[in-house]
Amino acid sequence: MGFAAVKLLENAGCTVEVPPLQVCCGQPAYNSGDRATTRAIARQVLDAFEGYDAVVAPSGSCGGMLSHHYPSLFDDDPVLKARAEALADRSYELTAFLVDVLGVTGVTARYAGTATYHDSCSGLRELGVKKQPRLLLDSVDGLHVREMKTPEVCCGFGGTFCVKYPEISNAMVGEKSADIVATGADTLLAGDLGCLMNMAGKLQREGSTLKVRHVAEVLADMGDRPAIGEPDRGGR
Amino acid sequence: MQSTARHFKDNAGAALVDTNLQDSLSKLKTGFSERRRQAAERLPEFEALRDRARDIKNHALENLDFYLEEFERKVTALGGHVHWAPTAEDARRIIAELCKGVGARTIAKSKSMIAEEIGLNEHLEALGITPIETDLGEYIIQLRHEPPSHIIAPAVHLTKDQVADTFLEHHSKLGFTRRLTERNDLVAEARYVLRQKFLDADVGLTGANFLVAETGSSMLVTNEGNADLSNTLPRMHIVLASIEKVIPTLEDAAVLLRVLARSATGQESSAYTTLNTGPKRPGDLDGPEQYHVVLLDNGRSSVLGTKMQDMLRCIRCGACMNHCPVYGAIGGHAYGWVYPGPIGAVLTPQLIGVEEAGNLPNASTFCGRCESVCPVRIPLPSLMRHWREREFERHLTPRPVRQGLALWGFVVQRPQLYRAVTALANRLLTILGRAEGRLHSLLLAGGWTRFRDFPTPERGGTFHAQWQRRRS
Repeated sequence: MGFAAVKLLENAGCTVEVPPLQVCCGQPAYNSGDRATTRAIARQVLDAFEGYDAVVAPSGSCGGMLSHHYPSLFDDDPVLKARAEALADRSYELTAFLVDVLGVTGVTARYAGTATYHDSCSGLRELGVKKQPRLLLDSVDGLHVREMKTPEVCCGFGGTFCVKYPEISNAMVGEKSADIVATGADTLLAGDLGCLMNMAGKLQREGSTLKVRHVAEVLADMGDRPAIGEPDRGGR
Repeated sequence: MQSTARHFKDNAGAALVDTNLQDSLSKLKTGFSERRRQAAERLPEFEALRDRARDIKNHALENLDFYLEEFERKVTALGGHVHWAPTAEDARRIIAELCKGVGARTIAKSKSMIAEEIGLNEHLEALGITPIETDLGEYIIQLRHEPPSHIIAPAVHLTKDQVADTFLEHHSKLGFTRRLTERNDLVAEARYVLRQKFLDADVGLTGANFLVAETGSSMLVTNEGNADLSNTLPRMHIVLASIEKVIPTLEDAAVLLRVLARSATGQESSAYTTLNTGPKRPGDLDGPEQYHVVLLDNGRSSVLGTKMQDMLRCIRCGACMNHCPVYGAIGGHAYGWVYPGPIGAVLTPQLIGVEEAGNLPNASTFCGRCESVCPVRIPLPSLMRHWREREFERHLTPRPVRQGLALWGFVVQRPQLYRAVTALANRLLTILGRAEGRLHSLLLAGGWTRFRDFPTPERGGTFHAQWQRRRS
């Protein structure tokens, strides 16, 4: 999936680098109330991404953390706050970056099948990612998109939520999988790995054979790779 | 009301297997949100109105002392009385004394969440005064000795059949011995039974949606008209409201009303909007002889001027719970106290303590749907996160979570170590999941694998490892 994102960016003319110091954005600590650890991690991320024109995440929740939440971590430190704001201003979710910043309107890719697209919460509500992935999917040869009844309702992942409150999370993802299956689609796409793993895990536990993929894979014409939770029979 | 918020997980577990509740919730989830969406779409200026509503409430909160005193002056000038209740206990005592002062035996109550918050009914009953709930939903749950499960639809957790059984049980002694099956018949029977109670009541007690400082009016919206009978027929009218309900002007109320009903039920306005402005005047044909307003603080003033002040903007429309997938899964009772859903997860720790209610702000995926529909734009996820931070600071976060977090934080802050640990985990998972690409159980991830398979990574190592290979 990471390489699919890289391919999309390179095809759009970007030079892609992955800073070696890059680690997690700190969301697990942030959402658990551990502000001190979050700040320490955020400082590290600020350093790692210093000097790049844009920071692109194939995830609305990591992207939202950088562009929506980081500045509020440094209200008491004007220097770091300014740096966090500068980072926030150049941080994007992948499909939003391709469409809104680079002006990409289509991709060269083929995927035979019917897909349904789940709007991951952070991408949708913090970053306004809604039309961009659909616009790009429209250009994929052979692909048909069929919407769920409630594509904007949370899948029940919620990071640590799904292990802190497994029964509630299960009820939520159960409802989600019913909505997905009811579309008759053979593929489920979304832009966030957490949600995708949650929905894939539930669908597969229920015996569904739906393919679950990150949207980047289909857009990058890498839809022949093993889907999430499928055995990897490749010889690499 | 006795809190069971501490037992949130058990409450939620029971709710998830309650088939009647699940039946009711499935209707609620689509009904309210769809109607709100349509109502918002029909009004092009809806988003701008939400901004104005937020600004009005912010202005009122920033000048709360001024508007409350202004309100008190106006009520007093009209011949009414304002009573200040710093705590729940004060409010209960004041109301009991007012009731005793007129020798009240029954009081007709229109729906009031503040009355639930202070446990008014139990208190009055202990003193031999019978409160009668006149809102249909409240009446049903009063008969069943249940707390409300939703702030605007208190009996939303019940099915029609459950209501029919409850009415048969309680109304048969009044001569209604036929079990009803039609909604309209149930409503008609409740109306008939309640009508005499309105006529018999010595005191009418209502809540308030807004207190208007410029006129000294309390404003109340209902869809049943029960509040109007509660405040017109008895000789004493008591308004019970919390301090943050005050707003400057009638003009402001008009803005707030426009977002309130649309957010709550998708109506353009509620069926009844009533202004109560003082007691009956000479020459008035009806109205109460005595008019009292009890203003409850109960900890609210302590959040003024803090980041948490935003929670006081709430106009109690219920949109946050109507759109909350967690509320939609477990209903309101699981939250264990008066206010359920996202606003409950923010208010309850403030009102009864984060030690008791710590589960509530944790039981959220931070999906943000509540904030996206809130008519006064309360940043509910941020406020829930605030409580998680207070919990963490005070070492209330469960020890395994703290330890796990500390270990994870240690690793994340050492990028080399992080690479090594993720590479090892990647390798192990790849080997374990080789056959199927997923696992049916996984050590330390029982919460996940009880209900779902765990997808394992593709072969070839972590993205970082592959990236390094590609670069070299």
